[in-house]
Amino acid sequence: MLEIKNLHANINGKEILKGINLTVKDGEVHAIMGPNGSGKSTLSSVITGNPAYEITEGEIIFNGKNIVGMSPEDISREGVFLSFQYPVEIPGVSMVNFMRTAINEHRKYKGLDPLPASEFLKLMREKKEYVELDNKLANRSVNEGFSGGEKKRNEIFQMAMLEPKLSILDETDSGLDIDALRIVANGVNKLKSKDNSTIMITHYQRLLDYIVPDIVHVLYKGKIVKTAGKELALELEEKGYDWIKKEVDGE
Amino acid sequence: MSIEGQYIDIYKQYSGAIKKNSAGALNDVRDAAFERFSKRGFPTKKDEEYLYTNLAESFAPDFGMNINAVDFNVNPYENAHRYGVPGINNRIYFIINDQFYDKEEQPKAAELPEGVIICSLKKAAVEHKDIVDKYYGKASKDSKDGSVDFNTAFSEDGFFMYVPKGVRMPYPIQLTCLMTSGADQLATGRSLIIIEDDAEAKLVDSIFAQKELKFLANRVTEIFVGKRAKYEHYKVENTKRDMTNLNHVFIELEEGCNVLVNELTLLNGLTRNNVEVNFRGKDANLDLCGMALCDGEQHLDTNTIVNHWVGGCTTNELYKYVMNDKSTGCFSGTIMVAQDAQKTKGIQTNKSICLSKDARMYTRPHLEIYADDVICNHGATVGQLNNDEVFYLRSRGIPESVAKMLLMFAFVSDVEEKILIPELKDAVRMMVEKKFKGEVESTCKGCSSISACHS
Repeated sequence: MLEIKNLHANINGKEILKGINLTVKDGEVHAIMGPNGSGKSTLSSVITGNPAYEITEGEIIFNGKNIVGMSPEDISREGVFLSFQYPVEIPGVSMVNFMRTAINEHRKYKGLDPLPASEFLKLMREKKEYVELDNKLANRSVNEGFSGGEKKRNEIFQMAMLEPKLSILDETDSGLDIDALRIVANGVNKLKSKDNSTIMITHYQRLLDYIVPDIVHVLYKGKIVKTAGKELALELEEKGYDWIKKEVDGE
Repeated sequence: MSIEGQYIDIYKQYSGAIKKNSAGALNDVRDAAFERFSKRGFPTKKDEEYLYTNLAESFAPDFGMNINAVDFNVNPYENAHRYGVPGINNRIYFIINDQFYDKEEQPKAAELPEGVIICSLKKAAVEHKDIVDKYYGKASKDSKDGSVDFNTAFSEDGFFMYVPKGVRMPYPIQLTCLMTSGADQLATGRSLIIIEDDAEAKLVDSIFAQKELKFLANRVTEIFVGKRAKYEHYKVENTKRDMTNLNHVFIELEEGCNVLVNELTLLNGLTRNNVEVNFRGKDANLDLCGMALCDGEQHLDTNTIVNHWVGGCTTNELYKYVMNDKSTGCFSGTIMVAQDAQKTKGIQTNKSICLSKDARMYTRPHLEIYADDVICNHGATVGQLNNDEVFYLRSRGIPESVAKMLLMFAFVSDVEEKILIPELKDAVRMMVEKKFKGEVESTCKGCSSISACHS
């Protein structure tokens, strides 16, 4: 599914990622944890082609294609989805228009005709169920005036619409109360299959109670410094990151 | 000879012919206007109000003027579908350069409600002398702008609309100015619009220009809105890149009336839009807004002056500009609140996006408040599209060009919401889309349509 080799990336000339290696196989759920400022969100931005970052070295192979240098829209159409940590509010662009444009661009990429309006609306209705998204929200502007929980639910709704092969959930648990967290996690779990994979970026164990990872990585100072099974997350919850920092910085 | 010189000579030589081809109130104020023009001349960049637009220069070329009111021998109704907004062609009137067209009637025109008069201003000056005498030149009389005097001195005809007390127009009226001629032409059209107490009307005022020639339109519109009356005034420009368009709109508002002015500029050359509003009675409400979509070397300069002479009135002002390439946008807005005009509410906003390095936007928001119990604010922003928003849309598979277009649509959407005629809103939305796709210039010879003609 995804193979990242020796990935280095800068923002404004400052190196944030310093040689990331990561392999995600079909159907796997990975969790990337790590202290603040370790480069977790940068990694998600870089994989999805955010032009604010410069990749200086390395490869990102997604289903056999190197997607380094590809436009964000093409990466999306190839099947990568990012659930934003801070979803952007876009007043004046309706959710319906936004999603219809996105869906039809994905279809065009696959050589398919645009979805007829009635079928599109049916699809919207179906996918909203995954995250119990209110009808009213779907008729509003993108994220405008949405609560923190509604924004995150809206991200998972978009994920359900676009049916990505690889989903990156960037701090999807932040700002959520327990009920919202459960709804979002249920949505993600329902969308899981043996063919698609998930990368969860998170600070806390909390989300991992709901979405159980196969593999947990710790990112620190721009590198993956530890990889283990789901028990690592519990250990981190108990002991914090200091012991890892000591291990790495002590070397 | 100065730029003004050629026009002063024309007036001296032909004032007799001008008066012969005009009538009544238009002639009564003509010589005095000419005297003022001779003294003031055209505004230049030395005038505070014209810092970014050298108007005098626009008058320098040798334009023809149709002083003898020669008939241009076109029947605009043959192509009315090109100029009208689809779905609201109940009543469409034409000004050919500056002459009202009434040689032929509009086929299948809707009935006008009883008492409503819409006709040539020249004709009205004779047949409805009492009305025209009462209003003509009254809203513009305090203007210090030489180009207004110029219009008053040379204008022979134009558009007259009178909606008497309590009459509600059941459909919008369309007024289309067609610039068409055999040679470069300067036109001095004039409109007089009277909406009496408790009456209601909507007007869509648009301008089109023939392709091959250069035109300068210097138009003055005076609007009087009576007590508790409702009036909507839409001004649509979709002309061409070598058009010079100068508009002066003067509005007098009486107690409790509701007025909406929306100026939509999609394609132009050099345009100066002046709007001056005077609140004369309490509890009146004004929505004043506009959008400008400029690229190439389009130049749009908007100047608004809103005078709150009495209290309890509201002004909501919103202008949005999207500037690309080497276009220039200017916005200068003043809301004045006189000493006794307590409980005034005035909001003025100008927001602009510059999409290119060479696009220029000059904005001068301005409040002048002499009363002490008012709610007023003003604000102006100039910026670029938000990169985070662009990336968010692209990350969902939407191409950069489409993402930017969606954001530009969103940017002007609140001005679009102030188009309260659904058919016009649809037509404008279509034009905006074409403009953002770079398709606004029609391929059809001799017209730049706002209708489905070029869809």
